Amino acid sequence: MTHAAAVHHTSMGLDSRKMAFWAFIGSECLLFGSLISTYLIYKGKSVVGPYPHDILNIPFTSVSTFDLLMSSLMMVLALAAVQRGDLKWAKIWLFATAFLGILFLGGQVYEFTSFVREGLTLQTNLFGCTFFVLTGTHGAHVTVGVLWLLTLWVRALQGKLGPAQALTVEISGLYWHFVDVVWIVIFTLVYLIQ
Amino acid sequence: MPETRAHAHPTVGTYLRVAAILVILTVLEVGVFYVPAFHVVLVPTLLALSAVKFALVVLFYMHLRMDSRFFSFLFGGPFLLAVVVLVALLFLFFGHFTLRGAAGGGGAGG
Repeated sequence: MTHAAAVHHTSMGLDSRKMAFWAFIGSECLLFGSLISTYLIYKGKSVVGPYPHDILNIPFTSVSTFDLLMSSLMMVLALAAVQRGDLKWAKIWLFATAFLGILFLGGQVYEFTSFVREGLTLQTNLFGCTFFVLTGTHGAHVTVGVLWLLTLWVRALQGKLGPAQALTVEISGLYWHFVDVVWIVIFTLVYLIQ
Repeated sequence: MPETRAHAHPTVGTYLRVAAILVILTVLEVGVFYVPAFHVVLVPTLLALSAVKFALVVLFYMHLRMDSRFFSFLFGGPFLLAVVVLVALLFLFFGHFTLRGAAGGGGAGG
């Protein structure tokens, strides 16, 4: 056996890295749960504008949402390619996932910049404070995900991403899909239900 | 003893079908937002559509549907706790009853 995968089974027969990562995702649920709760509690309590309906751009954010959903599709296609040892398509799908993540971040930078130009900052009102903290924390997670994906893409370029490393790609995929599901919730609760 | 439950991941075809459903649901969400006739049921409709999208990604793209149930527990436990905390806080801040009111004691103070 030339490339034995480093398997770290727990007493339950489950991979310990995957188990630890699911526990981490569980803790992230509580983090985003608290941020979303804070946003909803202070919703409609700003005494000065701009208010959500003045400033939120639904068509633009819908495109960002579509972008992130498609990046999740690219991620599972990358995992499938790694699992079957297809390095060429693994490189393409991994780069596509990272690229769509970068596009999403570009959209968020544009959105934040335009909001600041229209007078909404972290200190303007309760909406600005809770909105920027919630979506900014999500954006920071997307940034970490993009860096992680680019690292995997470089490893694929070096030919070091074979089926033996499929679990590494699967765990990065878990993180990426979690970031996607958090955005699904944010898009509905923050943007569509105003 | 090693986990015996099947760990086979969905096929590429399944991934593509899930993506198509996710896109359709997102279009529906935005459509519901813009059609005034739906505004009466806007919130429950959007929450239901969002929940379906959430479940599709978690079950198929994160493989919880075919992976170990223990992972579902590790994710589902904190997720449910977060939802319960959110609902409790919303009741606490926006509910129109108090413990004193529910017990029937005293009028509104101040």
